[in-house]
Amino acid sequence: MTNTTKTQPGGDVRLAGISKTYGSFTAVHPLDLTIPQGSFFALLGASGCGKTTTLRMIAGLEEPSGGTVHLGDQDVTALPPYKRPVNTVFQSYALFPHLDIFENVAFGLRRRGIKSVKKQVEEMLDLVQLGEQARKKPHQLSGGQQQRVAVARALINHPKVLLLDEPLGALDLKLRRQMQLELKRIQTEVGITFVHVTHDQEEAMTMADRVAVMNAGRVEQLGAPADLYENPQTTFVANFLGTSNLIQAEVDSRSGDDVVVRAAGDKLLLPASRCAVPAQAGGKVLVGVRPEKVGLTHADEAGSIPEGRNRITGRIGNSSFIGVSTQYVVDCAACPDFEVYAQNIDRDARLVPGADVVLHWNPAHTFGLDAAQDIDAGVAEGEAA
Amino acid sequence: MSTLTEAPPPLTPPAPETKKPPRKRGRWTPYWLLLPGILWLVVFFAAPMIYQASTSVQTGSLEEGYKVTWHFATYWDALSEYWPQFLRSVAYAASATVLCLVLGYPLAYLIAFRAGRWRNLIMILVIAPFFTSFLIRTLAWKTILADGGPVVGALNTLHVLDVTSWLGWTAGDRVLATPLAVVCGLTYNFLPFMILPLYTSLERIDGRLHEAARDLYAKPSTVFRKVTFPLSMPGVVSGTLLTFIPATGDYVNASLLGSADTGMIGNVIQSQFLRVLDYPTAAALSFILMAAILAMVTVYIRKSGTEDLV
Repeated sequence: MTNTTKTQPGGDVRLAGISKTYGSFTAVHPLDLTIPQGSFFALLGASGCGKTTTLRMIAGLEEPSGGTVHLGDQDVTALPPYKRPVNTVFQSYALFPHLDIFENVAFGLRRRGIKSVKKQVEEMLDLVQLGEQARKKPHQLSGGQQQRVAVARALINHPKVLLLDEPLGALDLKLRRQMQLELKRIQTEVGITFVHVTHDQEEAMTMADRVAVMNAGRVEQLGAPADLYENPQTTFVANFLGTSNLIQAEVDSRSGDDVVVRAAGDKLLLPASRCAVPAQAGGKVLVGVRPEKVGLTHADEAGSIPEGRNRITGRIGNSSFIGVSTQYVVDCAACPDFEVYAQNIDRDARLVPGADVVLHWNPAHTFGLDAAQDIDAGVAEGEAA
Repeated sequence: MSTLTEAPPPLTPPAPETKKPPRKRGRWTPYWLLLPGILWLVVFFAAPMIYQASTSVQTGSLEEGYKVTWHFATYWDALSEYWPQFLRSVAYAASATVLCLVLGYPLAYLIAFRAGRWRNLIMILVIAPFFTSFLIRTLAWKTILADGGPVVGALNTLHVLDVTSWLGWTAGDRVLATPLAVVCGLTYNFLPFMILPLYTSLERIDGRLHEAARDLYAKPSTVFRKVTFPLSMPGVVSGTLLTFIPATGDYVNASLLGSADTGMIGNVIQSQFLRVLDYPTAAALSFILMAAILAMVTVYIRKSGTEDLV
């Protein structure tokens, strides 16, 4: 067993057509996913989207209903968890209450027949800054410390892949931020592939190199955090990751590299390369733009808006002052609750609820989505998370 | 204080009145609440113990009456006469306890982790024997183990009885009236007292600990040895105590299923009290038994280190 972990020099995690059904319920639809070696990979989604089930199938704790799991060149689909070179940090840590911290961390080494564990365990406890606590029992430690023990207990085995199942879910906000950086630091230091399951989009975006957004047992979109945010391919991703203003529009014509669309009388430009569906004249499309990309100008000043920007007129329905920014909800004909986040640099005193305004943005920041989808998909999930 | 309340500046009197009585009542409330428990202990534990203790150091006879003469030699006499029964009690009770653990652990494990929707049904089956009298159940074993009955016949055919007879557990082709019968009866009667605490402690174990152990390279057998069993120690300890203590003092199984050669200390105490009417010896034997069990249990709990378990 120790041999198999040593002779295979790492490698990607490859899931091929992997699926899981419980009776008539499909938790994970056939899924193909490659997780590159050494990456920090996040599986992001609301609860019940199949992300934890996918993780457990990699760990071997759940048997796939179909498909295969490869670690490098090795097919591990049929291997029980204790034969896989993979370790897990469990959601509520699952530390052994009858063993002290030292023995918890040494557990994996001892099971693999390694006799002299003292030096390794001490080094690992130092890495997670718990050297002093070695002889305490888990229940004597705080949540953050227990979490670090769980990480140390898994990492000491030098797994090919470390699986983290909502590892920060039980911590308070401040500690969570701190542990996010800590985990990222450890990952960079040890260079092991981390697969991180979370429902917190901010956590996924800060920590991971690559994020797979899951919804209802399927991967909606896969990519780098900035790419997912800027170029969502589905309404679920657009709404679940941050906030998007989605406008129902009809394709009018092509003009060079841009698509011209009409939404409630307004003419908008959309780069053809950022449109997720082929745009044919007369076809429907959902046009989207992120709230922080949009400028807000009082209707009286409309003349000062530079040429070539997408424009929509509306009336401010609501505004809330956040400090660094002010968030406006603008009522437009094309989109009843258009959100705009304006930086508080030069605040225009006339921009109060009831004021007529022009919304304008660079057409390059527009994205187009398939209009056949539910326009509100992912809104509730995003808010819950 | 009374002058204060009788000569009232209108604002001051309510203050002491509302403050003081609750404080007074508050001080005595815990003792009043403890009273029923203390009374119960005094009437049903302390008083009988003192009465027995005084009986054990009396001398005299039934005709002349007994008097306290601080005759501690009764203890020594009782012990030197009846030590074989003491040893036998401990040996039988220990055997029955081990058998209960061996039979009860797998069943408790099954109920806790594998039974699924059958869990409640199996639990009812475990408890069901309690709906019948202890005596009747033990008498039923007389029929089960009867000479020439199916159990004895089967054991004979399989030549099991040859082995057990050679070990001295049975006699020839009889099971009834042998040590084996007594141990079987004890095991049967005390098995639920083993299963219930075992089940409770197994059921409390977080399933994710098993997963964590499997994830950390533990084979299923190692998961049991290193995680499940250590975590079920509180159940093992309370189960063995609940089995061993009453089994040591039991006399029903030995008198119904055993013979004169399988007498346990409970049988001796019973006959001293009710047939020989030698009250001092019976009381002394009771105290020796109590002290012995207390000593054994203390050592056992220390050794198993359960105080430390979560």
